[in-house]
Amino acid sequence: MSRSYLPHWMHWLGSPPNFYRFAGTLRPWLMALALASAAIGLYGGLVLAPPDYQQGDAYRIIFIHVPSAWMSLFIYATMAVAGLIALVWRVKLAEVIAMECAPTGAAFTFITLATGSLWGKPMWGTWWTWDARLTSELVLLFLYLGVIGLCNAFEDRRRGARAASLLALVGIVNLPIVHYSVQWWNTLHQGTTVDFLDPARSSIAAPMLWPLLVMALATHLYFFASILGRARTGLLSLESGKQWVRTLVDGQPAPTMEAPT
Amino acid sequence: MNPVRKRRLIITLLILGAVAVATGLSVFALQRNMTYLYSPSEVDAGKAPDGHPFRLGGIVKEGSIRRVPGTLTTDFVITDRFQSIPVTYTGILPDLFRVGQSTITTGTMDNGTFVAKTVLAKHDATYMPPQVAQAIAKAKQEHRIPPDAGHGGSQ
Repeated sequence: MSRSYLPHWMHWLGSPPNFYRFAGTLRPWLMALALASAAIGLYGGLVLAPPDYQQGDAYRIIFIHVPSAWMSLFIYATMAVAGLIALVWRVKLAEVIAMECAPTGAAFTFITLATGSLWGKPMWGTWWTWDARLTSELVLLFLYLGVIGLCNAFEDRRRGARAASLLALVGIVNLPIVHYSVQWWNTLHQGTTVDFLDPARSSIAAPMLWPLLVMALATHLYFFASILGRARTGLLSLESGKQWVRTLVDGQPAPTMEAPT
Repeated sequence: MNPVRKRRLIITLLILGAVAVATGLSVFALQRNMTYLYSPSEVDAGKAPDGHPFRLGGIVKEGSIRRVPGTLTTDFVITDRFQSIPVTYTGILPDLFRVGQSTITTGTMDNGTFVAKTVLAKHDATYMPPQVAQAIAKAKQEHRIPPDAGHGGSQ
């Protein structure tokens, strides 16, 4: 045994039965908070926020589009970090979390592309253009789909998860491209509006900004609740032969011997 | 960290580094080649392809929008404040199309007029209520600042 660099609670949480119970306790609270903040954010964005001076009410799609776009990047980063842990330390929980991130991330990426397209037709005059921001976001969707496909292409689930983790990790080079595409190239997509490093430079009025930030909080909370739930079912099916799962399913310790039939 | 994990970590990071370098070089190469649009000055200098469709980008010049009655044809002038090019377009214009707005048109040059097949309007990434926009416009008028200064200049 080598010396451990991790605190004790991380070892405790990394064990599937412990994580299963912990996630089950935390998930309803996160989901309730997510729904509450989404309700506040949507009310603020769709009812309280004033119309825009150029776009009128059509700009309100940013309350869905922008938080989804942030999530598409955030979930990818989460997936890649979990993938690195899965590749190097072979932690079962990290493999499950990395793989369960992909469908949620793909969904947020799809929402980003779809809402952007719906807004782009009336505002820009086109559903789609091959500019750097739109193309790199589409590549992000294909990376998510590639991770899902590669993971399921293997007979052995754990080997599939590790192969897909490597793809997820390598694909992380796309994240700075998505983020900086509007600065590096001449794109049709507008530049950054919300500047987190220097809020005074954000070019959005305060009554429009706060619902946007609340929606961003709601999507993060939703993702945490969703990944906990997905990881629980992932662990259950990965460990379906194990004692703790049998105990959980039967409600009592499994018999040491199969009953004769 | 045990030697097996250390080796795995090093191999993984080497792969990641190699991919990052490869992507960085491609991005750098693209940056020099990927011209999404030409400005009126570049067209004037003869840099735009002759007889082939290309993208012309700039700002819609003040007072230049003229709609031909009874048709969907609109004539306007695209400028980058140094050179201007007259554009004609038949079709539905995007909502954001207006004077002072960054605009990207695709089409060909025909006797000094750019015949546009598509007109795309770029958003200036500014969001504010109409009352604020009016107040800013009023303040600029009082202080004699040109109406387009301050936003929409990202092209």
